[in-house]
Parts: sequence; C-alpha cells; structure tokens
Amino acid sequence: MKGILGKKVGMTQIFASDGGIVPVTVIEAGPCRVVYVRKPEKDGYTALQLGFDEMRKEKNVTKPLLGHFKKGSLPAFRFLREIKMGGHNTGDTVTVDIFNKGDKVSITGSSKGKGFQGVVKRYHYHGGPGSHGSMFHRAPGSIGSSAYPSRVWKNKGLPGHMGDRRVTTKNLEVIDVKKEQNILLVKGAVPGANGGYLIIRKNEG
Amino acid sequence: MDAIKIIEDSQRKEIPSFKIGDTVNVNLKVKEGDKERFQSYEGVVIARRGSGTREMFTVRKISYGIGVERIFPIHSPTIEKIAVVKEGRVRRAKLYYLRSKKGKEAKVKEKAFTETS
Repeated sequence: MKGILGKKVGMTQIFASDGGIVPVTVIEAGPCRVVYVRKPEKDGYTALQLGFDEMRKEKNVTKPLLGHFKKGSLPAFRFLREIKMGGHNTGDTVTVDIFNKGDKVSITGSSKGKGFQGVVKRYHYHGGPGSHGSMFHRAPGSIGSSAYPSRVWKNKGLPGHMGDRRVTTKNLEVIDVKKEQNILLVKGAVPGANGGYLIIRKNEG
Repeated sequence: MDAIKIIEDSQRKEIPSFKIGDTVNVNLKVKEGDKERFQSYEGVVIARRGSGTREMFTVRKISYGIGVERIFPIHSPTIEKIAVVKEGRVRRAKLYYLRSKKGKEAKVKEKAFTETS
C-alpha cells in the first residue's frame, strides 16, 4: 500500500476533454516526512509514521512528542499518522509523486461535527405528524419491548453526538496530480470540512 | 483557497463579450467515432447564469417550427468559437417570455446602432 497525508482545500469543477464537467476535491497532499519506521522485528508489522503540516512554534508541542521528532532530527508536525507501507527511512520525504492520473484511492478524514442531534436527523426516524392535534413530533417513540428483554437492546439508535467521526470514502479516482504545487485532484467528495486533515491511500492492484 | 483559484483560472477561456438578446453563432466540436467536426448552432441568448468557470448560457432558436434551447457552459472545451451575429435591444436579463410568443412578437429588436469603443 502507498499513502500520504493531506489537507482538504475545497471543491471545484473541471472540464473533461469531451466537454463533460467533473466535480473534484482539491487536496493539498504532502510533502510528508517519515518520522518513524515500524519494523516487523520490533513492532510486529511494517509501517511508516508520516508527519504533515509543520508546526510554526516548537513551544506548542508537548515535550514527549518533541523528543520523538528530535530523535529523527525533524521539525515538529501537526498531523502524525501511520500508513502501512515500506521502502523509506526516517527523514525521507514522501510527495504526491506516488500517485498517477487514473489511480483509485481511499480517503479517510473526520466528518463534519453536527453536535447533539435527535433521532430524526441522526438515524432518519420518521417522527410524527406536525399538526392536526398530533402531540408526537420528533421523539423516538417506543425504544423496546416490556417483560422481555426488560432492557434496551444494545445499539438502539437514540439521540446523541453526531458527526466528527472517522469516515473513509473508498475508490475515488485521481483526476490530476500537480507535482510542483503538491496538489491532488480527486473526483467527488471527501469526508470533512475544508482544512481538515486526510489520509490518502492508494488502492492495491 | 488559492489552489482552487489557480485550478479554476486554468479552466477559463477567452470569451468574446456578448449580452442577453444577442444572436450568437456557437461553433461546437463534435466527435464522431474518432473523427472531429464542427457544428454551428445559431440563436438568441436568452439567459446567462452563474459566474467564473461555472457560468452557463442558454441559446434559443426555432428549428423547423419547433423551439430548441441549448445550455452551454461558457468555458466548455467543446466550444470552438462564439460569434456575435446581431446585437439585440432588450430590457430584461432573462428572456423566458420568448417561449410563449409567436411570430413577430418572438423576435428581439436589433440595436439601432452599436456602440464603438
């Protein structure tokens, strides 16, 4: 697997050669530095810990983390994630070069937070009629049976925090790679708000 | 946001200025198999909407007695050329009223004189 870390810039559209319009997400992908290499002998698996988006002030990094960066004599990064790939050493730079036009990628990010939401928005419950004397509007209604099971089943959809979860969109097509600007154009939408951090993984095969 | 602007600017084309009510000739690239030829489409511009690379315009013409409207993205790569044939004098930004008019009423008055700049 090959991958890189990035930041969602926003969406726009571009023209295909046949005049069709393709919706694209613009991603600022890399350059990332390899902060740490996971080896099978020591860690039991192969992976690279990548760092993206350099911190401007070192004082904003916790001391243990700063020590971790210092070990590889690297600057501190804001976004640090492991990707199961090999072939690099600590301090190496990973750029968008690893992607080509037409590649399929899976992109992971944090979805937009929606706050504490009711059951209609969160789980698409139907709710009740708005008027005509109805006194049942957006409540969940019955949440289970009585004597058996005498409790609420696990995973019953109830109100609570919605969004801001780790979401992966799979099989997105790479439309363009702008190497000089470290920009990746991907067809379609990507999880999260503009400015959110993303993990971009190339699909195998 | 800057990166988006760069990408959108690279999609833009030089567009001749034309207004609502103008009669334009749109030269289109048409692909047939692996051959490419040009097709022209002439009619009255009845609407322009959107901005930047997303701008679209609607051209209406009467073809064999049947009203035909085509909507084009202004910056589309399939548009070879847009030529203004006639300038029209209209007082509206959208000429949708032409759809319900017939004969002489469905015509846009030509500009008495064209401004020279």
